[in-house]
Amino acid sequence: MAEKTCELMDCGHRACGGCGPAIAAKLILKGTGENAIVVASTGCMEVFSTPYPETAWKVPWIHSLFENASAVASGIESSLRRQGRDEKVVCICGDGATFDIGMICISGAFERGHDFTYICYDNEAYMNTGIQRSGATPYDASTTTSPAGKRSFGNSRPKKDMPQILAAHGAPYVATASIAYPNDLVKKVEKAVNTEGPCYLQVHTPCCTGWGFDGSKTMEIGKMAIESGLWVNFEMENGDISKAKKVKRKPVDDYLKMQKRFAHLFKPAINSEEIAKIQTIADTNAMEYGIDL
Amino acid sequence: MMQIMEGSHAISEIVKLCRPDLISAYPITPQTHIVERLAEIVADGDLDADYLTVDSEFSALSACVGASAAGSRVYSATSSQGLILMSEVCFNASGMRLPIVMSIANRALGAPLSIWNDQQDSISMRDSGWFQLYAEDVQEMADLHILAYRAAEDHDVLLPAFVCFDGFILSHTYEPVDIPTQEETDAFLPPFRPYQRLDANNPISMGMYATPDYYHEFRYEMDQAMIRAGESLKKYGAEFAEYFGRDYSSPVESYRMDDADIAIVALGSICGTIKDAIDEMRESGQKVGLAKIRTFRPFPRDEIISALNGVSEVAVLEKNISFGSAMKGAVGLEIKEALDNKGIPVFSFVAGLGGRDLRKKDIKNIAGLARDGKGDIFYGLREELL
Amino acid sequence: MTLNVGCSAPPGKATDNKTGSWRVFKPVFDLEKCKKCGICILICPESSIHENDDYPEVDYDYCKGCGLCANECPADAIKMVLEEK
Repeated sequence: MAEKTCELMDCGHRACGGCGPAIAAKLILKGTGENAIVVASTGCMEVFSTPYPETAWKVPWIHSLFENASAVASGIESSLRRQGRDEKVVCICGDGATFDIGMICISGAFERGHDFTYICYDNEAYMNTGIQRSGATPYDASTTTSPAGKRSFGNSRPKKDMPQILAAHGAPYVATASIAYPNDLVKKVEKAVNTEGPCYLQVHTPCCTGWGFDGSKTMEIGKMAIESGLWVNFEMENGDISKAKKVKRKPVDDYLKMQKRFAHLFKPAINSEEIAKIQTIADTNAMEYGIDL
Repeated sequence: MMQIMEGSHAISEIVKLCRPDLISAYPITPQTHIVERLAEIVADGDLDADYLTVDSEFSALSACVGASAAGSRVYSATSSQGLILMSEVCFNASGMRLPIVMSIANRALGAPLSIWNDQQDSISMRDSGWFQLYAEDVQEMADLHILAYRAAEDHDVLLPAFVCFDGFILSHTYEPVDIPTQEETDAFLPPFRPYQRLDANNPISMGMYATPDYYHEFRYEMDQAMIRAGESLKKYGAEFAEYFGRDYSSPVESYRMDDADIAIVALGSICGTIKDAIDEMRESGQKVGLAKIRTFRPFPRDEIISALNGVSEVAVLEKNISFGSAMKGAVGLEIKEALDNKGIPVFSFVAGLGGRDLRKKDIKNIAGLARDGKGDIFYGLREELL
Repeated sequence: MTLNVGCSAPPGKATDNKTGSWRVFKPVFDLEKCKKCGICILICPESSIHENDDYPEVDYDYCKGCGLCANECPADAIKMVLEEK
């Protein structure tokens, strides 16, 4: 057996085969390096990686509650500063913990300007509890609490714009990334942890179990999300969009068709009206971030 | 040094002496004076600490969890609604075995909204795994904070602590109080030495999840730690006497109990009024005594049995109510259990809720009701409202 | 094994859990086609593909057989094969 590549995320964790967040965890730690303290929220990543006594984290790691990672991180950051220690404080939390239940704590931590990085792994629903709708669930996605049915096309609300909300708090660096572009993700993590002040990184982490596709396609789906314009990889510095990934855009249908959570838009008949609404979301993104090649 | 101080400010001075690294609190009546004075103290450079003006009580205690886990001594304060809002974090902190000390300015819980004193807030949290101390006066309020840090940080304990005192009655009252010097405090309370901490040189995962194969035993270990907390409080309470001249070696303080027929049991500031009432009742020939509970968690069962030995009736004055419970008050239930096979009747008197004033005459009435076997009631109802 | 205080633990025990037993399909590598781009090593969610002299080497004790490496390999050097148990 070869000399093992030194990964800060150990083998033996219990994520689904092909899990997007599992890939994100590993890539994030490549960006932070080992001089980091990770603060996790309750969720898929926490659950698949730390059933006592097995922990897959080779960096110091703490999980307190579902909603308070940023408040816990605030306390850690304060403590480290007073001890003259330089470990990077990094929250790694799911979209449910970030967009919904964690809003108060995140807003407070960013408003107070703590020097930490908050990374949201966005699989667009409460996955660990069985695929329920969150503030990050995209329009028309079917989840168990926003199911498509005779009177419903799935989730009826657009995705909450967390990056803009946190940029409005004065965050010096806000970015989105995707596991589909792993090197870009690692670079953005490096940049965020080395930028002083509260930085936010939202990482698209497709979920094969929750979105309904084969685990081998996780990266592919991530690329298609970006090519559709429904996910934009961009950076904001001090509130202004500084960079956005340009793409040769494809119609949203190609992306939606690949996932069971949007199957109701195609069967028993193609729902052109709803698909057009989703296309509008993509077109608006394209205009706002200037992504069309 | 003896000074006349507002109770809240006495706590601010004491907390300063305990050298926390982080003060993280959210304003709530009637605790706010504590954290305001601490903010002044930090702003003037008289205490080298981080002061976080957090976005809610929930965040206040969560920040304490983080800082404590990273290796810092921390402090917070709250009351009533704030305590219940952060109750999720309270259970989390004790389960993670973090020695956080928090002042509780006891205040009634809404609805209906009330800013005035009763002990529903901390009594409602008696299952949370925090040990609980109750102060009778400003001196005790001050002393019990130092004692709490010492006991909490003991590696055999590692549990967080509530230091409780009646809101407004003690927090906003000026009393003479002996504030020790920094040297005296440092001699009794050494620097914080965490049992384990978040550290890149020695990485651990804290707050993992426990499957049914492990959870039961984790709770058992916590219960054992709570028992040891009782022992530590007695041990360090006795040492406190050696350092500061005031003895906290017993979780129960007996007042004129030696030949008492009727025992009154209570927590907190009402004990001062009770002692005065007892003196008057004694003058008229009634043999009444007080068993003041200073440590409510862990419940001092042995000391209660010993203190109440030989009495004819016990009247428990409850500034709390456990709705739907067998005796109405939460404290009475535990007293009754302790005296289970002694044949001594125990009566709960729910009194003083929401800041309703209790006078010496009320104490005497309660003693009389207990003598007549009339208990497990709300005392002093305004019948015209009902 | 006595409990750690506060439900904490140092790293090291996760590897007791041999997730290779989850597998239905197994990746088989044709190293002659491999271009040593490193993508499979980078993206494996299990960290179970390691570098051996620039080439990938799978630790089959942990590979869950998700097929991501095979799907992403630009040289088409990885095939998912039904595992004989």
